[in-house]
Amino acid sequence: MKILVCISKTPDTTAKIAFTDNNTKFDTNGVQWIINPYDEWYALVRAIELKEKDAATVIHLCTVGAADAEPIIRKALALGGDEAIRVNAESQDSFYIASQIAEVAKPVGYDLIFTGKETIDYNGSSIGGMVAELLNLPYVSLATKFDLAGTKATITREIEGGEEICEVDLPLVVSCQKGMAEQRIPNMRGIMAARTKPLKVIEPAAIDALTSITGFELPPPKAGVKLVPADNPEELVRLLHEEAKVI
Amino acid sequence: MSVLIFIDQAEGHVKKTSYEALSYGSKLAEQTGTSAEAVILGKTNEDLAALGKYGVKKIYHINSEALNNLDAQVYTNAIAQAAEASKATIIVFSNNVDGKAVAPRLSAKLKAGLVSGAVALPDTNNGFIIKKAVFSGKAFAKITVNTPVKIISVQPNSYQVSAGEGTAEVVPLSVTVDAPKIKITAVNKVSGKVPLSEADRVVSGGRGLKGPENWGMIEEMAELIGAATACSRPVADSHWRPHHEHVGQTGLAIAPNLYIAIGISGSIQHLAGVNRSKTIVVINKDPEAPFFKAADYGIVGDAFDVVPKMNAAIKKMKGIQ
Repeated sequence: MKILVCISKTPDTTAKIAFTDNNTKFDTNGVQWIINPYDEWYALVRAIELKEKDAATVIHLCTVGAADAEPIIRKALALGGDEAIRVNAESQDSFYIASQIAEVAKPVGYDLIFTGKETIDYNGSSIGGMVAELLNLPYVSLATKFDLAGTKATITREIEGGEEICEVDLPLVVSCQKGMAEQRIPNMRGIMAARTKPLKVIEPAAIDALTSITGFELPPPKAGVKLVPADNPEELVRLLHEEAKVI
Repeated sequence: MSVLIFIDQAEGHVKKTSYEALSYGSKLAEQTGTSAEAVILGKTNEDLAALGKYGVKKIYHINSEALNNLDAQVYTNAIAQAAEASKATIIVFSNNVDGKAVAPRLSAKLKAGLVSGAVALPDTNNGFIIKKAVFSGKAFAKITVNTPVKIISVQPNSYQVSAGEGTAEVVPLSVTVDAPKIKITAVNKVSGKVPLSEADRVVSGGRGLKGPENWGMIEEMAELIGAATACSRPVADSHWRPHHEHVGQTGLAIAPNLYIAIGISGSIQHLAGVNRSKTIVVINKDPEAPFFKAADYGIVGDAFDVVPKMNAAIKKMKGIQ
């Protein structure tokens, strides 16, 4: 079985968010880059678990990004991917990225494509659905559990106020979130092995983005907290009722 | 030309987030001088004509058994045909669980630019610019859509539902519907509770509550004010509460009108999931808890002392014995 895991480079969850060039560009100064947590903790680790059950499984990783994405690809390979493909292009919009991934996937014919449910920078939740459409495959989004018996996948996905369990035959695309797997830390053997695993760099296909970023803005600062003394919780209830009008 | 709004259902009932999408799309049709139309899939228990009060003039109903459950591929093809019938130039979804499954597919199919998670109506004075939250709510981006057909998915709890007078014309639409490839085998819902993603008010507990046996007062407060319950990541990871209650960067991102955080310190990852809540209340015994910086109201105090007193005050206010 062949699995493709889509990997994105995102700022660390604690990164300070600021903008430059008249608020049109993300300020990367001092930013630590990580593998998008949904891609790493859930999509990639679940793929590795599937490979641990069936040694014939091959895991490919795909990222769309410039050369500075390579450290995070090496880390993903250290966790357990077999080989990686980097499409050498700066991200433009989700359709551009999804189209590049679809171009990579088309000739290979993966049985399973995993993405994270969203990236923590642009929060689009779009790549999985777009890749599925471009490859004409079924798509299960926001999956919290994934099991495989032969070519039949049993998947639990989030719905409002609960979950839904569904069955679908491979090949398909799945977007992954919490519940799918537990975070792992690469071990020394993995890190050493990752150094020699193949990392193929390919040039992007000619694709026109559908959207563009015009600018950024930061939310207005909070006015400051109104503290109520601990011996007077009744006053807090009154404020929420009469002033904030929320209860 | 039209703005076509996708009306999403659960068990034959329109979701609350769809009323937001209907209100948003109808206002947008007014703004762009086009007609507000909608599409609904599968069987429904709703009086569709009455949805006209949200401003929509025409509703296409594609009633096929294959559409009673979500298969994003089947939905996409059906909505694409409705968009053609409606001559839609803008298609509006809610950015809820179904919107996240279908809108990206439709965008790729129609080569129509998608902005997911819009928090306001587009600025159409100079192009077509939509504001959405990025970096998990720590900033906003203004996105220009460069294609003739545009798709917007509206962030839940970001646009006020507005209802007036009016009746919609209901048009049964017959289109090609594929056989679903996804078979739903079970649905597990927590019944009788407000779904967290749709809740106006949320009461949330953290590690400060010391153990799952202490959640009674959290649930009591939630019930008293009609709120959903939530929790921080360590609480979900310790299995004190189910994973679907986890809000934060790697859990659910929510934006209710009221978020009450009890015994949660407010790590940057937790704040990323809740910072778009309109009013934030923090109860924590540590005056240095970072959450106070993001809060509107707070009490520095012991939750085990403060929360029961608040519950008593709420009961008194509501006249409950």
